[in-house]
Amino acid sequence: MELTSTKPYVAVPRDLVENFNGKQIVYVCWDHHMLFATPLLLVVEPEMSFGDLLENVVRPLIGADPDASVVDLTKVEWQKSGRSWAPDFGGSLAGNGIVHKEQLRFSTPGVNSLLAAA
Amino acid sequence: MDMQVAKKKLSLKEKYKLLTRDLGWDTTYHTKDEVFPYVQYEGIKIHDWDKWEDPFRLTMDSYWKYQAEKERKFYAIIDAHAQNNGHLNITDARYLSALKIFLQAISPGEYAAGKGFARMGREFPGVGTQVACQMQSIDEIRHAQTQIHALSNYNKFYNGFHAFADARDRMWYCTLPRSFFDDALSSGPFEFMIAIGFSFEYVLTNLLFVPFMSGAAYNGDMATVTFGFSAQSDEARHMTLGLECIKFMLEQDPANLPIVQGWIDKWFWRGFRLLGVVGTMMDYMLPKRVMSWREAWNIYGVENGGALFRDLARYGIRPPKGWDDAEKGIDHMSHQFMLALYQYNFGTAFHSWIPSEDEMEWLSKKYPDTFDKYYRPRWAHLSKLKAAGTPFANMGLAKLCQTCQIPTVFTEPDDPTSLCQRETEYKGEKYHFCSDGCQHIFENEPEKYIQAWLPMQQLFQAPINGDLGAWMNWVSLIPGRDNGDFDGSEDERNFAAWRQQATSNQ
Repeated sequence: MELTSTKPYVAVPRDLVENFNGKQIVYVCWDHHMLFATPLLLVVEPEMSFGDLLENVVRPLIGADPDASVVDLTKVEWQKSGRSWAPDFGGSLAGNGIVHKEQLRFSTPGVNSLLAAA
Repeated sequence: MDMQVAKKKLSLKEKYKLLTRDLGWDTTYHTKDEVFPYVQYEGIKIHDWDKWEDPFRLTMDSYWKYQAEKERKFYAIIDAHAQNNGHLNITDARYLSALKIFLQAISPGEYAAGKGFARMGREFPGVGTQVACQMQSIDEIRHAQTQIHALSNYNKFYNGFHAFADARDRMWYCTLPRSFFDDALSSGPFEFMIAIGFSFEYVLTNLLFVPFMSGAAYNGDMATVTFGFSAQSDEARHMTLGLECIKFMLEQDPANLPIVQGWIDKWFWRGFRLLGVVGTMMDYMLPKRVMSWREAWNIYGVENGGALFRDLARYGIRPPKGWDDAEKGIDHMSHQFMLALYQYNFGTAFHSWIPSEDEMEWLSKKYPDTFDKYYRPRWAHLSKLKAAGTPFANMGLAKLCQTCQIPTVFTEPDDPTSLCQRETEYKGEKYHFCSDGCQHIFENEPEKYIQAWLPMQQLFQAPINGDLGAWMNWVSLIPGRDNGDFDGSEDERNFAAWRQQATSNQ
């Protein structure tokens, strides 16, 4: 059942991509690096290259983690929508198939200063 | 000479009959279905409304008398608190953060419950039910009012209390209780009763009120203790109403069981998520701790909740689906919440802070399996950043759960080193969740939750368009006063100065 209601009911989502002035949402998560309470919520142009996203948007935001300075974001392991994924760093977000509200994760096995247990 | 005729006094039973059950009538101009249009569509079958038991048998005339008496006592104490500078008796100004969260997030919930029960008093056909719901509606409005009045004394002296109504509507962390109540208020009458009457008032209320009111007493806050006492006798009645309602549904028709169980699963999980904030107050925000969130959960969740579900097993009810995941989260959630509040504290109308060494010792004793292993290293790193003059503010902003609207701070039930991330697609759009529990709730009624007003998303849409200053103005947050680290705040300075004046001759 899509909704328990007295009559048919169709809702409109509140965060459709057209509401973001030409931008879109991308979530980026650094696996096991939990200084960051949640995945980062980024609002960026779909024409931006993936490399620019990493260098100009993601990197400044993860600087507080003690591992940030030793990590090369072009050499980490990436996942998109839960599947292993090889990004095209020169290609745009759209060209990389990164849609609105896409969840990206990267992992850096063996590099984890704040979670010795991991 | 006039004859003295003994006035016949009604027995309680007669009074109840005349003032409650006799108030109902059978409609003739319209069918009963037209007069009560919302009692069928949820699928709950009721055959005999007269079977509704009202164990309190409270009638409106006595209700007014009791409540008026409580009001008189309450306001006498609140006046005394104001006149004697009661605000200076609290343990430490950090305690105020717990009060600010209560006023911004919980008191508006009381008011929402008042609206909900007023509607239920109209929508249920049974007279006993109608009267009980009307009384609870008035109670809830009274609770919101007494809380606002009690805390208004603090507003004269401290920051962050001044715009709780704007916060309720617009503040990102307030959407968590607001979406909880909006979800309940937009449900049918029976689901509302399970959501608020049963899950919230019966299963979870002790976890909210007992630790919070004890916390107030431990921390010298007479104003809050007083509204707690004034509400307590109402709560007993509310709990009974919630329990009576669920038993009534289950006894009326066996087909009601799966529907009721589904609602229990849903509302336990939603309520549990909501109470994470209370755990954070208990473990981090009360300068003088009462008990840990874990200890409170053991008493009020495991013991009391366990007994309740054993009792309901005779109707075929089993414990809520999320029960085991809840248990796995208990030793983690308050730390996860506080770490999040600290890194986003540029956007909160209350202060947060890094716990002191003493407090970390306490946390490590109360959470021997988790605190030192997972959370102390993060706090230690945050202290280092702060000492270096580069305190951490997370400008990446938070990914929110589509259902509970909480930042997705929780870890996998079986892996505390990984954030729990779930997603689904509905009509071509992606939606994200903090847990299996929240994903199930969404998938059961997606058309309801795709409308969620997620505050982080809204920040980047018109009219704010990503402008943090405009956003602060819009939520009535005064930067540099209401927000940020407690350390160095105006509240900290003022409290210290006034207490010094009150306790010394300098």
